[in-house]
Amino acid sequence: MARVVVDVMLKSEILDPQGEAVLGALPRLGVTDVSSVRIGKRVEIEFDENARNVEEQSRVIADQLLANPVIESFAISIEGA
Amino acid sequence: MSARVGVVTFPGSLDDRDAARAVYLAGGEPVALWHDDAQIHGVDAVFLPGGFSYGDALRCGAIARFSQVMDTVKAAAAQGMPVLGVCNGFQVLCESHLLPGALVRNAHLRYRNRPARLRVETTRTAWTNAFAPEAEIVLPAKHGEGRYVADEAVLDRLEGDGRVVFRYLDNPNGSMRDIAGVANEAGNVVGLMPHPEHAVEALTGPSTDGLGIVASVLAHLSEGASR
Amino acid sequence: MTSYVPVDTVGVASATPDEKQPWAELGLKDDEYQRIREILGRRPTQSELAMYSIMWSEHCSYKSSKVHLRQFGQKNPRTPRLLAGIGENAGVVAIDENIAVTFKVESHNHPSYVEPKQGAATGVGGIIRDIIAMGARPIAVMDSLRFGAIDHPDTARVLPGVVDGIGHYGNCVGLPNIGGETYFDPCYQGNPLVNALSVGVMPRSRLQSMQASGTGNVVILLGAKTGRDGIGGVSVLASATFSESGEDDARPSVQVGDPFTEKLLIEVCLELFDAQLVVGVQDLGGAGLTCALSETAAAGDGGMHVDLELVPLRAKGMEPHDILASESQERMLLIVDPAKAEEVLARAHRWGLLATAIGTVTDTGRLVVDFHGQTVVDVPPKSLADEGPVYNRPLAEPNDLGLIAVDRAETLPRPATDEEIRQTVLDMAASPNLCDKSWITEQYDSSVFGNTVLGTPHDAGVVRLDERTGVGIAISLDGNGRFARLDPYHGAQLALAEAYRNVAVTGATPIAVSDCLNFGSPEDPHVMWQFERAVTGIADGCQKLGIPVTGGNVSFYNQTGREAIHPTPVIGVLGVIEDVARRIPLGLGRTGDTIALIGTTEEELSGSEWAAVKHGHLGGVPPKVDLDHEMKLADLLSRLAETEQLAAAHDLSEGGLAQALVEAISFSGMGAQILLPEGADPFTYLFSESSGRVLVVIPRGQELAVRSACESRGLPITPLGVADANTDGLHLRDHFDLSRDEIDAAFKGRIGARLGE
Repeated sequence: MARVVVDVMLKSEILDPQGEAVLGALPRLGVTDVSSVRIGKRVEIEFDENARNVEEQSRVIADQLLANPVIESFAISIEGA
Repeated sequence: MSARVGVVTFPGSLDDRDAARAVYLAGGEPVALWHDDAQIHGVDAVFLPGGFSYGDALRCGAIARFSQVMDTVKAAAAQGMPVLGVCNGFQVLCESHLLPGALVRNAHLRYRNRPARLRVETTRTAWTNAFAPEAEIVLPAKHGEGRYVADEAVLDRLEGDGRVVFRYLDNPNGSMRDIAGVANEAGNVVGLMPHPEHAVEALTGPSTDGLGIVASVLAHLSEGASR
Repeated sequence: MTSYVPVDTVGVASATPDEKQPWAELGLKDDEYQRIREILGRRPTQSELAMYSIMWSEHCSYKSSKVHLRQFGQKNPRTPRLLAGIGENAGVVAIDENIAVTFKVESHNHPSYVEPKQGAATGVGGIIRDIIAMGARPIAVMDSLRFGAIDHPDTARVLPGVVDGIGHYGNCVGLPNIGGETYFDPCYQGNPLVNALSVGVMPRSRLQSMQASGTGNVVILLGAKTGRDGIGGVSVLASATFSESGEDDARPSVQVGDPFTEKLLIEVCLELFDAQLVVGVQDLGGAGLTCALSETAAAGDGGMHVDLELVPLRAKGMEPHDILASESQERMLLIVDPAKAEEVLARAHRWGLLATAIGTVTDTGRLVVDFHGQTVVDVPPKSLADEGPVYNRPLAEPNDLGLIAVDRAETLPRPATDEEIRQTVLDMAASPNLCDKSWITEQYDSSVFGNTVLGTPHDAGVVRLDERTGVGIAISLDGNGRFARLDPYHGAQLALAEAYRNVAVTGATPIAVSDCLNFGSPEDPHVMWQFERAVTGIADGCQKLGIPVTGGNVSFYNQTGREAIHPTPVIGVLGVIEDVARRIPLGLGRTGDTIALIGTTEEELSGSEWAAVKHGHLGGVPPKVDLDHEMKLADLLSRLAETEQLAAAHDLSEGGLAQALVEAISFSGMGAQILLPEGADPFTYLFSESSGRVLVVIPRGQELAVRSACESRGLPITPLGVADANTDGLHLRDHFDLSRDEIDAAFKGRIGARLGE
């Protein structure tokens, strides 16, 4: 069984309002030495045992569904392949 | 002298003025409170209004929990001060652990704005004592993350203790056991997703049932004062 | 990495007059580039070139439309209500001696196609900032949307994203969405239209100006940090150093909005205005700092000096032209007395909002921008803001218009039997343009602020402005691309008449207009002809109706290849109602109330919804417009609202009487017993789209008074039947019955179902 993890992040130049808000809240916790927070999505996919072309299929899933290529980028890592 | 009800403004609060109007129309005196000010200026009760405090980043209400004013509100609630959280205010109360459970993404995954029919399940709270038992009321429900969830044991305990305060008659968001609002053990802290402050005038709301919630706390406070 | 970046300074530009510059890639014409060189007496720096290319673009300079838009100024009726008009961020009209209202509609079409959610969201954000810049608190939004065919796969991508974007931004910023319209037509397939309107209210004394006046005053940038959002347009200016960084996403053309920051901007700006801490204010819109700096400087009486390195940045390595061109959202520019600057910064900080002094107002008459001490811009600001190119582009009536005009829908085969007509009522109610739009509108907050008196699906949104006096406004936003395709002059007037009537139907008196003109390429003489005709139609219509055009926006290049969209002028009309408690709602009143039709029904089916739904047909000439009649009708309705002699009213538009009855029945839960006038052809009576008609519901005992009010104004009124809670749906005597369940089954739940939800 192949387990694939897809990390979807807003592209580096795209404003991340959530990350900005979390960054702004950190001083309330007494944390003052952080310069950037960015928030993304982690998606875990489990393929069937005899699945083929896991990487290629993952790329299709990530590119066409999980990420919006206009504003987001993704990274794929395959575990237990 | 009318009771003073504090309405907290967080950055991103949207319904603070409307909550103040509801307090005023029901005969109370609204007092503006500020997220970054630990003082609550001698108010008799606190209303946490709806909105998108701090942009609802991370989880709704997650950042508001760490505001200065919430430290004071938590302490006052422990002493029995009535606290109401509506919509985002409910989410803040759950994130602050003043109420059990959590509010997550609606089951249908969309923000939806529709008048909700509710049953008042208990009149033994500071915010519902003016209603008739099992009264059916209509308040606007409008949120994307209002599905009430908690583990089964917590839900059973809430039911057993009579702390389910409002129940949806047509569950709009997939909330467990149709729960629209809950109370803490003492009944002074209540949270609900639908908006009483947007049902205070026949001209602008689906009903005027929201006035009953503020009227309840005013009655509760005057009862305490005369005791 | 150091903060020093080698830049193209004024000194370098003077020393290297022959340097090749990418003016053509930036969209400038040869003669435009030469004019820039004449203005400056040298070649422009990279930053200057970027600024001219932005300010002289169609979007900012209105270079193709200007010669026609002048008509609005020339023909606008004089009214003491108009406090600020065309050329300002938004028009401002007086409501009473204390209160003024500002409103504007603007397009965000192309960005909404590229990235539907963010495109639509930033469209809403942009129009809200226009309202703030006038000194007003935004109090409501509405939107006019056009998509391709509902069953086209791309519509399933674009529509939910657009609705999500409008909802997300409007809901988070805390504005009720009080109306709008959604239509589908294949002509919008690659060019959806997202036109957003916002309205705001202010004490008249709070009206703000965009002037950068007063030498020594401080220029403050308020709001979000500046990133590389939307600078794709000037990417040809990227220096070699930067392109080597290998980031594939370094120059995104999409902007992401943050409604939370916008909400803070609203609160901070209003606090600053109330405390009279601001001399001038301008929002940062599509053209970012370039536009805000040059417009405020041009509006003032002196010049401006800006130190660009002081601008807080979100991205590393931004060059001066990047900073000047950035379209990062949620920013405002303030001009502040230096004695008050500290308090401005403190108030912004209290709300957690960034505020930074970046420059000063000067008396040099020049806009000078330095970057780390090197001068990168030194220009006369008016040459950017006011003296851009003006084109008088060729016009030509489309060749096919004559042929289209004789291809009349009145000759199409029609349903013959009662059963066929009955089925047609249901089919029409279920069609994408006429069906219930709750799937969309339920994603919007409608009640925040607690002042929404009428929202969707009423003909116009009605909002209370003052709780003590009950004074309020009504707004409607309407367009009909099919009518405008058949005849742009009258099509535009039909849209104007409909918006005007929709406002009047609530009992309000129309007082002002904002328009959003969506067209294809101005380089196509046929499109330009359509544009000129539509503008003339609106200007003539407003002159006749006595209500001024106060502002708006032009969106050209809505076309894919050679296929332009239907010309789609969208008209927003604002009305005032003295006491919102007396507004006239949609519905059927009470049992026994009389249902009547005011206006005349003629055989007018060309361009109709029926012709489109049943025959996929577009031809003939659109219904006649009679603005005299519309004025009488509006006068009647406001009078009857005042005297509370109408229980309900509903404008007849797309789908005609049949659709108006369907909507009134579905909304009210009441039934209607209808008897058509003797000799009337049932099909024509039910489906004609003759203009100037309103369905009214008259409470018992008021029939004679209403009839005589109509007759004294020369308005024909025809009793059609009665409202009846015990009638199940529609009973059309001698023809057919439609139960409420049948009506609801056809009318409701269609959008979600068609989108596969």
